[in-house]
Amino acid sequence: MKYSIFSLARAAMTGHRGWTRAWRDPAPKSRYDVIIIGGGGHGLATAYFLAREYGIRNVAVLEKGWIGSGNAGRNTTIIRSNYMLPGNVGFYELSMKLWERMEQDLNYNTMVSQRGIINLYHSDAQRDAFARRGNSMRINGIDAELLDAEQIRKELPFLNYSNPRFPIMGGLAQRRGGTARHDAVVWGYARAANDFGVDIIQNCEVTGFQRTNGRITGVETTRGPIAAGKVGMAVAGNTSRVASMAGLKLPIESHVLQAFVTEAIKPLIPGVVTFGAGHFYISQSDKGGLVFGGDLDGYNSYAQRGNMPVMEDVCEGGMAVMPMIGRVRMLRQWGGIMDMSMDGTPIIDRTPVDGLYLNAGWCYGGFKATPASGLVFAHLIARDEPHREAARFRLDRFRRGAMIDEKGQGAQPNLH
Amino acid sequence: MRIACPFCGEREVGEFSYLGDASPKRPRYTVDDGSDPAALEEAFYDYVYLRDNVAGTMREYWYHGGGCRSWLIAERDTRTHEFKSVQAASGAGASRAALPGE
Repeated sequence: MKYSIFSLARAAMTGHRGWTRAWRDPAPKSRYDVIIIGGGGHGLATAYFLAREYGIRNVAVLEKGWIGSGNAGRNTTIIRSNYMLPGNVGFYELSMKLWERMEQDLNYNTMVSQRGIINLYHSDAQRDAFARRGNSMRINGIDAELLDAEQIRKELPFLNYSNPRFPIMGGLAQRRGGTARHDAVVWGYARAANDFGVDIIQNCEVTGFQRTNGRITGVETTRGPIAAGKVGMAVAGNTSRVASMAGLKLPIESHVLQAFVTEAIKPLIPGVVTFGAGHFYISQSDKGGLVFGGDLDGYNSYAQRGNMPVMEDVCEGGMAVMPMIGRVRMLRQWGGIMDMSMDGTPIIDRTPVDGLYLNAGWCYGGFKATPASGLVFAHLIARDEPHREAARFRLDRFRRGAMIDEKGQGAQPNLH
Repeated sequence: MRIACPFCGEREVGEFSYLGDASPKRPRYTVDDGSDPAALEEAFYDYVYLRDNVAGTMREYWYHGGGCRSWLIAERDTRTHEFKSVQAASGAGASRAALPGE
């Protein structure tokens, strides 16, 4: 069923009883050309692009829970392409361009809203660093605008301008950044992939790999064995667990990142704002809740929940930059498990195991990358060579010393 | 999470900072000790970058910066955050460096 104003009006006439399922719920077949492990945004986008761009339609997406139940439904929905380093810049801009046409491509309202993102700076040195980042973006054809304190005050009058220790001196704006509805992205890709014939199989956990002469020839699952020509992993925080079933040890640690939302209030924050003197970022959802977050908890975790010190730290950051936030009540708080790579940059590559492909290391930047990640991973699986915009996201870059370390923190994943 | 420091007793996790997995051992290396450079490079690559990233009980370093300033080794379940044991880490560092292949 194609969604449009007419289908909406037609359904409204009949009390909205005519809507059909957006995707099928098939039992797994005995064999697929490609199996994608992980029914999050990245896995579903990969299946969609495999079918749409590369003509591979005998594809299954295996999800151990329900689709979008992992980080795809736990992030703070921010999209942006304000990266600086070669290797990242082109990739995230490709993603931004795909966001800009996503709703037309998928025939699905993913609520992409380019309401802008402003990173505040609080010192001369930080201004220089942001100017450098902005210049790097503009050289690469990405919009960036360096704002001074007066411009910030005009756009964001509710911030704290009387903080003597960390005065707001200005900000770097990317007007094309913004937010999207994370669940709708999952559902939109699922529906569009399903329309191409992709099987989306939920409650199907991979428990092992089948191998013939070293090559992956299928997977063992809680719903029985399934043969496959190629297998792609897009399992975020569970990457090391799944990869260990194939005997791989990866440059990844799993860490918990918390996020928070307040009760809904009337429109207040026009875009996304980040506090440059602490780690705090905030935006307002279309429902009205203030969505915010900050640092990782800092210790390895698979628990999908965090602890009090980081909640306190995040709220202190919020109170420092935007004291009025103290008047709203916190509604919910949750945690997701991040696949933190050793240089803060993703890995999209073949693995040393034939037939097994890796899409991991998203740290806490995975949501914005969803469409491009799907496209380049599909390219890798279909063509057996990296996509032009993901050519540097190689697994062996740590061995070669070719890290892409945007924050310059070194091999300490909880600092990226 | 609360950590039972062997010197200070049970304290809130905010007093501690985290280094990570305690199992990687720094490869033993002195200039011109005759070790195979390729094997040494491989050992350092493994030590610096590769992690078991255990889902289960993990031995890890914590630093009690807000208390006795001791380095500790804890065993903790990464799936539940439950601590199994906490001990002083004295002698766990470079003095126990491993030979390549060890």
